[in-house]
Amino acid sequence: MLKRSKLDIAIIGSGPAGLAAAVEADRRGVKNLVVFERDELPGGILRQCIHNGFGLEKFKEELTGPEYANRYIKMAESAGIDIELNTTVLEIEKDRTLTSVSEHSGLRKYECKSIILAMGCRERPRGALGIPGTRPAGIFTAGHAQRLINIEGYMPGEKVVILGSGDIGLIMARRLTLEGAEVVAVAEILPYSSGLIRNVVQCLNDYEIPLLLSHTVAEIHGDKRVEGVTLVKVDTDWNPIKRTEQYVECDTLLLSVGLIPENELSKQAGVLIDPKTGGPYVNDCLETSVEGIFSCGNVLHVNDLVDNVSNEGELAATGAYERIKGKTLGRERIMEVEADEGVGQVVPQKISGDRETIFYLRVKKPMGKMVLRVGENFEKKFSYARPSEMIRLKIPKKIFSQMGSSVSKLQIRCEER
Amino acid sequence: MKGAKDLICITCPKGCHARVWMEDGNVIIKGEVCKRGKEYLKQEFLEPKRILTSTVVVEQSRSKRLPVRTRTGIPKREIFRAMDELSKVKVQPPIKIGDVIIPNFLGTGVDLLASDDIRD
Repeated sequence: MLKRSKLDIAIIGSGPAGLAAAVEADRRGVKNLVVFERDELPGGILRQCIHNGFGLEKFKEELTGPEYANRYIKMAESAGIDIELNTTVLEIEKDRTLTSVSEHSGLRKYECKSIILAMGCRERPRGALGIPGTRPAGIFTAGHAQRLINIEGYMPGEKVVILGSGDIGLIMARRLTLEGAEVVAVAEILPYSSGLIRNVVQCLNDYEIPLLLSHTVAEIHGDKRVEGVTLVKVDTDWNPIKRTEQYVECDTLLLSVGLIPENELSKQAGVLIDPKTGGPYVNDCLETSVEGIFSCGNVLHVNDLVDNVSNEGELAATGAYERIKGKTLGRERIMEVEADEGVGQVVPQKISGDRETIFYLRVKKPMGKMVLRVGENFEKKFSYARPSEMIRLKIPKKIFSQMGSSVSKLQIRCEER
Repeated sequence: MKGAKDLICITCPKGCHARVWMEDGNVIIKGEVCKRGKEYLKQEFLEPKRILTSTVVVEQSRSKRLPVRTRTGIPKREIFRAMDELSKVKVQPPIKIGDVIIPNFLGTGVDLLASDDIRD
């Protein structure tokens, strides 16, 4: 029989979400707590995000990724929090039994009062795009190239085309240029960039790298190694426009075409997934559809600011703490959140109305002046809204109290004004 | 409007567009821009600066690269000279986050700092 240990809280992942959750749980007095990390060091994806721009909200400073992670690693260390490195969680079950494996401790089983999912997300690979052509070496996801350069110290190529203008793609366009590669172009299938404007300015415009909007890669050429790609202009339905093809010579193609929350473990435990976010359905404490299992950070929904990820980690830890203290998390009264057409995704999807609640949402398309209405008695005006910038909407508790206990649906509507 | 530049403000995520030029020794900014934005655009027009982040080689360690940063912005025109300089730098552990790797980097008055710990 495997040795079984009991834990108050198990946290899966030691990136910004997991570390913030651990520090907050410890601060609330939860000491029987383990963070599981499969990498050899804590910090998650921040370790390879060596650029600056992190922590403006949380620390009022412009930090690099490793600096931001380091703040939380130091807090966790001084609190004596147990981070099990080189340890992979193999399975979690509905009754919150967790199985882990590592070279140093072998297989282990834990019975957990609460589990916090903080596994982050993965990059969408080439296979998910269906680009025709050969399958040569030289095709990387942007985050993989980032790891190769910043952690391993390898250059993935010399002449690069980047498909997708998400933030990692933009950051990598600059990084490759600084390290001596030529970035021929960034192609974006949408008629607007899917990254933050500051990244378009500082990563592309600074180095005169062309951003080809409404363009995609029609074909990849090359036998053993990438030799070039065919770029093509697309119409509003993303169909290639004939006679707009152009052959571009390159030895490397980077893909920055979206991130997908990594919920393999969550699904094993029976956690229900929202197809819009790709992450679990959660309530206002970030508790999933399985009691005692919480979710935060990029495994819940893909964020664009790490500060929000840390905030979510803290909220999930608060929920987990209340759960092990025997409080039911407003399961008596549940309001389903219903967003209209203009909203692409929203978290949380269910709320109790028992507390101040922060909604994180994205609009589907770029909008000019618009107003967001939550229920009948809350609205907030915006001078613009873009899908690439998540909107954070803080709703005071009194708004919910005014609604009456019979209300079972909360409408979120966005209208151009 | 000789030498006018079309710039995008990045002080906040809104991304306002403005045209900036010199007239009688003054910087003129045309566009709907806030006070903070005007300061940024003036600096950006006169002498654009950037915080440079990169990595340097680590020897005798299980880590291969140390991430580094300039403490504040350095002139943008110095960026590639700075990268050449960084390619010559080699460090050994232990290194603490915030350690000065090169003081007064390239004579800019700005220090180059370690942006992570390397313990072994």
